Amino acid sequence: MQQQIEGSQAIAATVALCRPQVVCAYPISPQTHIIEELGAMVKTGRLEHCEYINVDSEMAAMSVAIGASSVGARAFTATASQGLLFMIEAVYNAAGLGLPVVMTLANRAIGAPINIWNDHTDAMAVRDSGWVQIFAETNQEAVDLHIMAFALAEELSVPVMVCVDGFILTHSIERVDIPEQEQVDRMVPPFEPRQVLDPDDPVSIGAMVGPEAFTEVRYLAQVRMHRALDVIPEIAGRNAEVLGRAAGGLLHPYRSEDADIVVVAMGSVLGTIKDVVDDLRETGLRIGVLGISCFRPFPVEQVRAALGAASRIIVVEKAFSIGYGGILSTDIAMALAGRTAPIHTVVAGLGGRPVWAASLRTLFLDATEGRLGDTVFCDLNTDLVEAELERMSRSRQSGPPAENVLRDLANRSGGAR
Amino acid sequence: MLFDVTSAGADAFASRGEKAAFQVRLHGRGGQGTVTGAEMLSVAAFEDGLYAQAFPSFGSERMGAPVEAYCRIGRSVIRTREPVSQPDVIIIQDPTLLGQVNLFGGLRDDGYVLLNSVEKIGDLDLGDEVMGLRHERFLSLPATEIAREHLGRTTPNSSLLGGFAAMTGVVSLEAVNAAIRHRFTGPLGEANVAAAAAAYDYVRHEIQEMEHAATD
Repeated sequence: MQQQIEGSQAIAATVALCRPQVVCAYPISPQTHIIEELGAMVKTGRLEHCEYINVDSEMAAMSVAIGASSVGARAFTATASQGLLFMIEAVYNAAGLGLPVVMTLANRAIGAPINIWNDHTDAMAVRDSGWVQIFAETNQEAVDLHIMAFALAEELSVPVMVCVDGFILTHSIERVDIPEQEQVDRMVPPFEPRQVLDPDDPVSIGAMVGPEAFTEVRYLAQVRMHRALDVIPEIAGRNAEVLGRAAGGLLHPYRSEDADIVVVAMGSVLGTIKDVVDDLRETGLRIGVLGISCFRPFPVEQVRAALGAASRIIVVEKAFSIGYGGILSTDIAMALAGRTAPIHTVVAGLGGRPVWAASLRTLFLDATEGRLGDTVFCDLNTDLVEAELERMSRSRQSGPPAENVLRDLANRSGGAR
Repeated sequence: MLFDVTSAGADAFASRGEKAAFQVRLHGRGGQGTVTGAEMLSVAAFEDGLYAQAFPSFGSERMGAPVEAYCRIGRSVIRTREPVSQPDVIIIQDPTLLGQVNLFGGLRDDGYVLLNSVEKIGDLDLGDEVMGLRHERFLSLPATEIAREHLGRTTPNSSLLGGFAAMTGVVSLEAVNAAIRHRFTGPLGEANVAAAAAAYDYVRHEIQEMEHAATD
């Protein structure tokens, strides 16, 4: 049913339709509304046959999810930012054990400096953990991807992380079509675990594996993950059939077929980018978009095919590898190995900085004229940066950089408020 | 007639182009329901069959501190995720914000302001930024007093939404009522609906007075 609803509420309602049996989570912004709503649904009986387990940390949340999943329960949790880092050992374990836990990651920056706002640094921190990572562009897609996540996780026995831009999506109220129970049941059949801890038929899960077989177990994880590249389009097809709309999939190309320049990005910023691209198309520029919906496993061949005709590529990223540069850009470059199209990285939206259409438009036009650098920080306040660099060169004891930058900023805007 | 209230909404969309959304910025203080106001406005737009997107300014909110929230309303899917920097409408829930924060930044020349105040706009010194606005698009509304009368409490949202419907025509009063009933059930919902209707009538009356003054 079409509703005007907050992103978090829509996600919670959808997770409930997927009939989780265990929900365990620890609150952290901007994810909290999701688990609060699920907790309320369990308590009031709107979500039946589900145990909501209060835990004392994110480490416990993922550990409980692992325990629940290994006895054959459908397990869900959600986190963000530092919460994800706090559970990281268990995040790797869920993947290494092949347990189909589903987790919402309400994407948020990682400190220090402490910051509660959106970027993709948290998702990138667990990029190599063995979780499937899919990114939502809108709250409608967040809903559809959660359904896909349970189906995919249980079909392949891999954990799936649905990345949803914190605040920008989780706290936005927009029109969302939440499917009917019967539709979700068709897409998410009852959980048939590949491995299960059962007292009547005892096995152990979590063996120590030495050099003699560790490579093989890891290789099998890679095989399982790669199967997702086939299964995700299958599920997307099934979603389209049941829901009557395109939902999920690996990539979302937009006006890119005949494009000279293609802008690549993940998550909610794609909406703003599409508006800019439509405007630039009206000026005659052949520019398009490639949205990466599935980031892990990375759809190398599909990306290569989708970007094949482009003569220039701009990757807009909400994270970067400090000391190197773009992270998604590196994957794009690998997918295009042997091609000559230049790839620019635009780092934008860090720590919740708004990504303005006007700024993107300027950068895209710079690119068409060959004036865009290899790695550009969108809307960087160079005055602030230079002031701190100058302070550092002047004095060995220049002090904490974050505090210095904030003080300079307050002074420049006419004194502290 | 100089202008027709019922077609104001159509005008508002026409002046922005079919694809562009009508953008609203709400200013209030933490605890006054600023985010809820934006949400209810988006629900009203949804009830009218429009697309809408409401979101808070994502600050660390504290009771009493200035808060902003936004709502975009359009005839097609709204894709942008930018904050609202050039609003068509500014709704000010708390008159004590005047002179305290930059309320009118980015307001479009053809924009609207709806101020919760018992004072008439002409009696307030609001600075040059808003002097160019059309009179019928720059109104004060005693939303707190209307709320107190109908609800016995001072939450101005329903009154301001009724006033917004009358001033801009972007959403209908019926849709505002539906949004109110979506949020508040039973007698509280009906009291809020009454407050919205009173505010709607107040603003319509203000606009008609201006028309008469202009034609005299």
